[in-house]
Amino acid sequence: MTLLWRRLLSSIPVLLIVVAFTFFLLESASGDAVDAYLGSIGGGDAVLAQSLKVAYGLDQSTGSRLWLYARSLASLDLGWSVAFDRPVREIILERLPNTFLLMGSATALSFGLGSALGVVAGARPGSVRDKSLSIGSLVLYAMPSFWLGLVLSVIFSVQLRWLPIAGIETIASGKQGFERALDIARHLVLPVGALGFIYLALFLRVMRASMAEVWRLDFVLFARSKGLSRSRIVLRHVARNALLPLVTTLGLQAAAMLGGSVVIESVFAIPGFGRLAQEAVAGRDAPLLMGIILNSAVLVIVVNLLIDLVYALLDPRIGSSETGA
Amino acid sequence: MSFPSFSRRTLIQGSALLLASTALTSRTIAADGPKGGRLIVAADSEPKNLNPAIVASNGVFFIASKVIEPLAEASFDGENGLAPRLATSWTGSDDGLSVTFKLREGVTWHDGKPFTSADVAFSALSVWKPLQNLGRLVFANLTSVDTPDATTAIFRFSKPTPFQLIRNALPVVTSVIPKHLYEGTDIAANPANTKLVGTGPFKLAEHKAGEYYRLTRNADYWGKPQPNLDEILFRVLPDRAAAGSALEAEEIHLAAFSAVPLADLDRISKVPGIKVISKGYEALTYQLVVEINHRRKELSDVKVRQAIAHAIDKKFVVDTIFLGYAAASTGPVPKNAPEFYNKDVPTYDFSVEKANALLDEAGYKRGTDGTRFALKLLPAPYFNETKQFGDYLRQALAVVGIDAQLVNNDAAAHQKAVYTDHAFDLAIAPPVFRGDPAISTTILVQSGIPAGVGFSNQGGYVNAALDGIISKAAETVDTKARTELYNDFQKLVVEDLPLINVAEWGFITVARDSVANISDNPRWAVSNWADTALKS
Repeated sequence: MTLLWRRLLSSIPVLLIVVAFTFFLLESASGDAVDAYLGSIGGGDAVLAQSLKVAYGLDQSTGSRLWLYARSLASLDLGWSVAFDRPVREIILERLPNTFLLMGSATALSFGLGSALGVVAGARPGSVRDKSLSIGSLVLYAMPSFWLGLVLSVIFSVQLRWLPIAGIETIASGKQGFERALDIARHLVLPVGALGFIYLALFLRVMRASMAEVWRLDFVLFARSKGLSRSRIVLRHVARNALLPLVTTLGLQAAAMLGGSVVIESVFAIPGFGRLAQEAVAGRDAPLLMGIILNSAVLVIVVNLLIDLVYALLDPRIGSSETGA
Repeated sequence: MSFPSFSRRTLIQGSALLLASTALTSRTIAADGPKGGRLIVAADSEPKNLNPAIVASNGVFFIASKVIEPLAEASFDGENGLAPRLATSWTGSDDGLSVTFKLREGVTWHDGKPFTSADVAFSALSVWKPLQNLGRLVFANLTSVDTPDATTAIFRFSKPTPFQLIRNALPVVTSVIPKHLYEGTDIAANPANTKLVGTGPFKLAEHKAGEYYRLTRNADYWGKPQPNLDEILFRVLPDRAAAGSALEAEEIHLAAFSAVPLADLDRISKVPGIKVISKGYEALTYQLVVEINHRRKELSDVKVRQAIAHAIDKKFVVDTIFLGYAAASTGPVPKNAPEFYNKDVPTYDFSVEKANALLDEAGYKRGTDGTRFALKLLPAPYFNETKQFGDYLRQALAVVGIDAQLVNNDAAAHQKAVYTDHAFDLAIAPPVFRGDPAISTTILVQSGIPAGVGFSNQGGYVNAALDGIISKAAETVDTKARTELYNDFQKLVVEDLPLINVAEWGFITVARDSVANISDNPRWAVSNWADTALKS
């Protein structure tokens, strides 16, 4: 348990740095929330601009605003979004499930399918199957996710009309329970595909490379000399030992997926975190953007913590050295 | 009634409508349609304050105009281009000190309370005048509103106020909100600003953030048997490619405000079951304008400004950037404001020779590298077309030896750079002509406007003669005399070029053939859609 506590404690300075950095980054961008808002409504006079500045608290100094924000954060209050005119916590809680669903499914897809294909490719390194899988996955990896998303929607939504074109569920349909879950699943097929297929290559390549390495180790030779079947060697010995680097990649990918979801959420009109972040930047909405980044940082920290725990489970040597230190 | 010459397509549709209006004796015949159905419309933004009485912007009107109504709406065939809504008649006094509105009887709010003159008086004095972005200007001299009875409201002004201005502003600035929900509250923070209660044909039933707005039929609408539709769903589709695909996949019925990009129109117009319409935006004309910072020595010389005007090929801009869905501008008032438009102004034909000659004359000879001087050019990011025109202008100016360096910003940064910091030499802006030059047009060239006011003269231009005309027109009550002043205004602006008007455009609506009764007034996208219907 000490590992858990130490990790949690060490993440606090990370979060503080993230907060301060985001704040100053947004501060250094030209234009503030009032400029963004007046631009969107076609302008207003000087009195209106000034009263909005006061209402948004932008008439105060940068330092005092950061201090105020940090203080409210200490009491776990994420503040008030000026672009939405609602509490940040409420907006984030509304969007978080959608992003979880999208990211979780896409990660599961790319990890599951990627590692499975990696096993297939790594079972016989250098074979035709290996080469065609590698090339195919690299082609996918080279595609921009928005383009893949658009192409998928043109084929499957516009032409074939098999799947809905956008959104997280059929709007105002009144569906409940299982029917609703099915509806959401149908809506997720294309965005999850677009996001998941692109990262699939990474898992495939890592799995394949690490399997190729394990093949050369002595215990594999031993397993072969024992007369074990090839499939048993591949699955029980090689693949299992090759899994560790893949788990590392999974942790790193959690952050990349969050970035990729900005684009996919816009293309498929999914009200999630990524799109929210984009709107927050455009509206110069500091509290909202910091709320999003803070939550994303927590998410990445938690995922990596879980990965470390899984590590310890997969390879007892790592866990014991951490706790023993 | 003349129709704007936006494109050949509009003209054809316009004349068809003229034919139809003479063939049918009553407008209500055309307005009838099948009952029921759910219309699904693409929306690209979700305004945080949906109250059109406070925020008079097209983004808000697009959704809110179905719920909350103005005193009068723009009309193709009504007297002075207006059709009655909550007011049935309006008359201005000869001295310009009062305007009397007769209000519609038997109107109720969505919560069942009766609509009376008290609501109008409250909206005018507590919301339009002190809080609304445009009403602050139009009702600046409004002092009181008398309500002798429940259906009469008399607006009283401290200074003579042109009735022409009030009349032209009615559709935009007079959205009436219920006094009983707002009185005694912090109006700007009232929950009814997002949970609208109005008198309109539709009630706002639900807003699911990031997904949709759902509007349902108001069975007690004063215009019974309208509305025709049971529901309108505004579906949030932020990606510009999505609206077109959603139309093709029959997931939405209609996309207004050019949600389908111009470049896709040619292709999508050939898809069976889909129509492309450029009518219905005549009172929402956007203007493509080159803003000029007169603090720059070179640009303070009228010859240089004229040279820039000569260097711009307006026909190319209309044909290539707007793909024909626009018209070349001649001055600060667009052609489809026939009440004010003055065609007798100087013209600047596209001529590289004239531009070069003027620049030579002004004393800015080409250097060894062929460049006369360099400028900072900031295109507004709001439309694809303003950004594309930025790219074009850079090339057009290079031909005459001016090196325009593009600075691309997002909306917030652009606002601050141009309208607060004045950190530009040339900027490209899309101001809106709102029915009367005094609402948002004269402010583009008038002097003495404090820094920080968006879409106004922040280029440091000062012209006493022009300022004189503007302030005189602001208090000239006689419609004819006032119109003449604005004719002079246009002439002077085009002569001296405080800014350069390049093109003017409306938007495009793309709809499934099943949608009937659309684009039937000059502010259609932001009107109440009571007669819009769905054919099965």
